[in-house]
Amino acid sequence: MQAFTTLTGIIAPLDRADVDTDQIIPKQYLKTIQRTGLKEGLFADWRQRPDGSPDPDFFSNQSRYQEAPILLTRDNFGCGSSREHAPWALLDYGIRSILAPSFADIFYNNCFQNGILPVVLSTQEIQTLFNRVLNQDTYQVTVDLVQQIVLLPEGECYSFAVDPFRKDCMIKGIDGIGLTLEHELAVSAYEKRRSQEAPWLFQDQRR
Amino acid sequence: MGSQTLFEKIWNQHVVREEPDGTTLLYIDRHLVHEVTSPQAFEGLRLAGRSPRRAGATLAVPDHNVPTTDRSQGISDPMSALQISTLENNCAEFGISYYGMQDIRQGIVHVIGPEQGLTLPGMTIVCGDSHTSTHGAFGALAFGIGTSEVEHVLATQCLVQKRPKTMEICVEGALPDYCSPKDVILAIIGRIGIGGGIGQVVEYTGAVIRSFSMEGRMTLCNMSIEAGARAGLVSPDEKTVEYVKGRPLSRQGEMFERAKKAWLDLKTDSGATFDHLVEMRGEDIPPQVTWGTNPGMVTDVNGRVPNPADIDDEKVRLATQRALDYMGLQPSIPVCDIQIDRVFIGSCTNSRIEDLRVAAKYIQGKRVSGKVKAMVVPGSGLVKQQAEQEGLDRIFREAGFEWREPGCSMCLAMNADVLTPGERCASTSNRNFEGRQGKGGRTHLVSPAMAAAAAVAGHFVDIRDWA
Repeated sequence: MQAFTTLTGIIAPLDRADVDTDQIIPKQYLKTIQRTGLKEGLFADWRQRPDGSPDPDFFSNQSRYQEAPILLTRDNFGCGSSREHAPWALLDYGIRSILAPSFADIFYNNCFQNGILPVVLSTQEIQTLFNRVLNQDTYQVTVDLVQQIVLLPEGECYSFAVDPFRKDCMIKGIDGIGLTLEHELAVSAYEKRRSQEAPWLFQDQRR
Repeated sequence: MGSQTLFEKIWNQHVVREEPDGTTLLYIDRHLVHEVTSPQAFEGLRLAGRSPRRAGATLAVPDHNVPTTDRSQGISDPMSALQISTLENNCAEFGISYYGMQDIRQGIVHVIGPEQGLTLPGMTIVCGDSHTSTHGAFGALAFGIGTSEVEHVLATQCLVQKRPKTMEICVEGALPDYCSPKDVILAIIGRIGIGGGIGQVVEYTGAVIRSFSMEGRMTLCNMSIEAGARAGLVSPDEKTVEYVKGRPLSRQGEMFERAKKAWLDLKTDSGATFDHLVEMRGEDIPPQVTWGTNPGMVTDVNGRVPNPADIDDEKVRLATQRALDYMGLQPSIPVCDIQIDRVFIGSCTNSRIEDLRVAAKYIQGKRVSGKVKAMVVPGSGLVKQQAEQEGLDRIFREAGFEWREPGCSMCLAMNADVLTPGERCASTSNRNFEGRQGKGGRTHLVSPAMAAAAAVAGHFVDIRDWA
């Protein structure tokens, strides 16, 4: 996983609430057995008009947002299906941070597994950012995970919360499995104790 | 310890260690795996030279991609075929139990877990699938995870988690006749919204919930994720114990009796508190129909589609208008005037034997409307077999329904079962998102009884009058 410390870049706006992962990447792109090359599927149904031509209003069809590493959106982003193909597709497109008033739980977790930083800001802060992004062609901010702030070009500074553990893993780009494996003794001790308390949980099936 | 909620009891029993910031290493008892969200996880294990910590705690089944028509010819879509053979090969390589497409036990992962007795009260259960919340019906803490976490559980049998908050949703009283658990969960989502449960584990309580069968509780907990909740729970009781008794992967003899005692203790203590409380009355829940593009866009069957002009909040108004445009619906029309083209009875929400029995009751001796194409997709090979033993397949076929092989099918349309653009479907599934059942397809979520009646009438009907 790529580490995340600070990121400065253009914001791409997606002014919709409750964007579900079926929209972020529709089902026809889930048949892959790999995790790369998924940007083809990113918002595949929303990028196009019903006749199949590109929708010029959609952010990914606008040249000014081609290099945008930050996505700005509304409440409950990433709801629905647990498909990690959603953050994989965003990452493949180049998105490294998403700003929203709230995120769906599974999607939020999945972002941290892939070096994408989801940032929860207040509804009002998100609205201010939308106003500025829509009035300025290439509006840039800095997302600073170390200091837990989003720095606006006007000098304003929005702070955000993040779990210390997740922050540490993101800054170091750590593989979470490796960390858990370091606790092997604790896991074995748990299993030993628990298999005496509740042995019915430890009768495994045979293949 | 003080008074604890059911959730807190299960959580505390599974804490391996806790960081100072509350980040918890949580032990996972059971892991279900399907073909769509696992190939990259197995590949990750291979690349890192790791192997599953407890292969015997894991069960795999293909369900999302499988064809629901004749399987003797295999799978015609090469991408789907590759995904399924990849799962089969991974299970062979890593020693994981696998129910293949020709196995009678194959079916939707959230149907077969309980059916086989893999799902037991008090467990932690995960799967790379958001509808893992289904298993909460047994008083198990069950939630969906991403593929990275699938790999994490395979390698370590643990997950790194932050303790969620808790919500009690209490439904007292009694449901009106002809109403079902599906109507209750749709009404709950309509009430709290599709983000209302974010960051929380819901415990469902009250007389209405207690009255539900185990299958009804599964329908209820299944759609907890549609309210944004991390998981849903119903505390175990005698019905739970009776359901799990004697199932192939359940416990036997003395071990069962010992487990039973522990299971019946899994209750929220009096005096324990939740972070949030929602109270509803069963009498206030008539049959529900969704009109929009998320499960919170729902109303009573005798209600009307909303009119954006009546909505003050600009964001809600625009979202409503957008949903109506996608759904091809005029504002303010009565729900019962909505004409349908397709009916889908199936999915991890409503494809169990009780669902099929109810639906069959509504169509017995009747014919599917001439303009409607209707299908039933049982949740598993065993559900299909039982339905056939009871003669339900004959009732469906004689009414004009197609009777299919088990799988996820048109709930998410990853196989050949797809709506064409503009087609309108009464569906017993769980998501009415844009394009969910096929690009441009229009989904209305309803109960099995409502779907069956709509198939016959060609439009939605209030089954309380119709029956």
